[in-house]
Amino acid sequence: MSDILLRLSGLTKAYPGVIANDDISFDIREGEIHALLGENGAGKSTLVKMIYGLVKPDRGEMTLQGKAYAPASPGQAREAGVAMVFQHFSLFDALDVAENVALGMEHPPRRRDLARRIRDVSEAYGLPLDPHRIVGTLSAGERQRVEIIRCLLQKPKLLIMDEPTSVLTPQEVEILFQTLRKLKTEGTAILYISHKLEEIRALCDHATILRLGKMVDTCTPSETTARAMAEMMIGSSFAAPSARRTTPGDVLLRVDNLTMPAPGAFGTPLRGIGFELRAGEVLGLGGVAGNGQDEVLAALSGERLSDTGTIWVKGADLSRQGPVARRAAGLLTAPEERLGHAAAPDMSLTENAVLTAGRRQRLIAKGFIKWSRAERFARDVIDRFDVRTPGPDVAARALSGGNLQKFVIGREVAQAPDILVVNQPTWGVDAAAAAAIRQALLDLAAQGAAILVISQDLDELMEVAQRFGALNEGRLSAVKPVDDLSLEEIGLMMGGAHDMEVAHADP
Amino acid sequence: MDLSSISPVLLIASLMISATPILLAAIGEMVVEKSGVLNLGVEGMMITGAVVGFVAAINSGSPGLGFVAAALAGAALSLSFALLTQVLLSNQVATGLGLTLAGLGLSSLIGKPYEGMKAASLPKLDIPLLGDLPVVGRMLFSHDIMVYFSLLLVLAVWAFLKYTRAGLILRAVGESAESAHALGYKVVQVRVAAIMFGGACAGLGGAYLSLVRVPQWTEGMTAGAGWIALAIVVFASWRAGRVLIGAYLFGGISVLQLNLQAAGMTWGVQYLSMSPYLVTILVLVFISSNRSRMSHDAPANLGQTFHATR
Repeated sequence: MSDILLRLSGLTKAYPGVIANDDISFDIREGEIHALLGENGAGKSTLVKMIYGLVKPDRGEMTLQGKAYAPASPGQAREAGVAMVFQHFSLFDALDVAENVALGMEHPPRRRDLARRIRDVSEAYGLPLDPHRIVGTLSAGERQRVEIIRCLLQKPKLLIMDEPTSVLTPQEVEILFQTLRKLKTEGTAILYISHKLEEIRALCDHATILRLGKMVDTCTPSETTARAMAEMMIGSSFAAPSARRTTPGDVLLRVDNLTMPAPGAFGTPLRGIGFELRAGEVLGLGGVAGNGQDEVLAALSGERLSDTGTIWVKGADLSRQGPVARRAAGLLTAPEERLGHAAAPDMSLTENAVLTAGRRQRLIAKGFIKWSRAERFARDVIDRFDVRTPGPDVAARALSGGNLQKFVIGREVAQAPDILVVNQPTWGVDAAAAAAIRQALLDLAAQGAAILVISQDLDELMEVAQRFGALNEGRLSAVKPVDDLSLEEIGLMMGGAHDMEVAHADP
Repeated sequence: MDLSSISPVLLIASLMISATPILLAAIGEMVVEKSGVLNLGVEGMMITGAVVGFVAAINSGSPGLGFVAAALAGAALSLSFALLTQVLLSNQVATGLGLTLAGLGLSSLIGKPYEGMKAASLPKLDIPLLGDLPVVGRMLFSHDIMVYFSLLLVLAVWAFLKYTRAGLILRAVGESAESAHALGYKVVQVRVAAIMFGGACAGLGGAYLSLVRVPQWTEGMTAGAGWIALAIVVFASWRAGRVLIGAYLFGGISVLQLNLQAAGMTWGVQYLSMSPYLVTILVLVFISSNRSRMSHDAPANLGQTFHATR
């Protein structure tokens, strides 16, 4: 058995009102890929932040290779040989790759040497990267390479990866795994955080499961089913959504050659997107983040107006109509960003309900808001979608991500739309809540609504959608029935492995 | 009107004098904005520097000490802005406007007893050889030391941002405070340091007005120079070299309109006087009309409050 690299004993961290980590103890061995599993809010990020020196534990200690380890800053953690790849990249858009890498190193070499070392390491691990590119122009997969190479240049003993695959195509995931396995054979330990249980089964040697800040279980992923692991995370079993396959009816939404310029310096232009959406059908649009998802939603919701003749709702051309007219026509949308786009953070749930449902639910009369009606509607949504909140007067900001997500999706579903467009409906939502949201979408489709689900979660799309298309650099692939597709075909539709290559074997 | 009375040599020489206060304030504000902070209090810090520098120079008899006192006063005033926006997380725009109002009021309070007095000014440098050159010598090499200091400062800021690790960290903080924090950089400390540098520069710029350019103290004597400095930072799209060009351009316009008036131009004097401000507005409108370019050049976190969460 190999030696213990990092030992955590009794780590505890409390915040006002919540114990984020309660007496966590486990070991990570050298050359082991160790999974950290748990729902949102289970305390995974607090734990890795303690290991990376961003947060100081209240109690408990860590030892690294037998020596006491208590990093006061990420800089000290890096010196000790701990590196981290962040879930929301810690990159700087306007700086180039070499500058971004230098910022993550304690003693960066001179610029020219650094550029050469970036090239060397990126080739050795099959992650090609030009040191002089501006990071803002890179794709999500390439940006992750910047983070990984930044870590690898410091020859870490322990590499922490927080949800690394959520932005990758299946092919890119496979190449990432080969890189990680190569690191493992070189003796690097990896602490791997992910929601994707099948990936963990394929990759990890051990798993530690957290629930509500406590360590509840450990397992060997390859010997445990994904469902069993999910139930360990939640602490109970839950119903998987069941699709009722319906025969599609009339075409409710038709998008015809939708072409739009990029909305900003780092946005994506839309290039000739076209599809039809029928009553009772769920269409899934997949793709790696930043390939036009937000832009498609903005074009359909009416936030950005497209050319005449590009968006048809029930046979009427709504291309030049704003969001209010589209809502009146039965086309409702729920954007990805919960705070600030789907909901106004400092307004109450009732007020947020009025903002999108005002007209359709007749919460407004002669320019005045009918507050009692509005509150009843908000309460309905809260009850129907099991939103955990003290009441509809609570500010949207105060809800946890999953609960607010249930509210903003529920708010649109409760308005009985003819067409519903959702972007990332279960992003950052725990498995049970995600299952409930997916079930609500399927039920709505069964009642004859046409539903467009834009998501980066392929498993989700496979579960709810009947037909699938992929967005790649603002273009839409051919739309195909889900049942005929293999994971490999889907990966190719999403743009394949881009220009990644398999890690070179050492000579 | 007699255009021949305008001497190009004197025009350029006085252009450099007239641009120096704006240049000092603008290069300081550029560093502040590069760190992601929008300090609209430049005008207030400039005029505070103007009055404190003037008072210190009169009481000590040394203009050099006046400049030092002005820089300290500007930095001290900006420290209050830093405390409010970085520690107490107040809104940067409102706090900056408040700083301008506070600086204007404070300066007239301090300066009241000193109105009409005259302080010792900075001597013109007597540069051997270069200063004796025909035409160019008088045009470029016969100024006081602050003119050359301001040019050196532009060069130093450019090199600092481009070549040093500290400069890279400062840019990173302005680009994404969240990312910088996640990598372990002290966002608030970097920003406070940048704000104080900007305050000191604005104070120097103000003192240059009251000690060299005018040189006396009158209430409200900055007359919008701080706002022009803010506009120049945008005009320069946050680049040191372009700040220099912008400041000299605006300095040139204000000198030219004075010369035209002196040359006996009678028509539209008011329009000439307002021309630097009109050009400021036009430049801002022109630049911000091209939104994609704006968003590309501006530090991504400009004006956003940062608070380290768990």
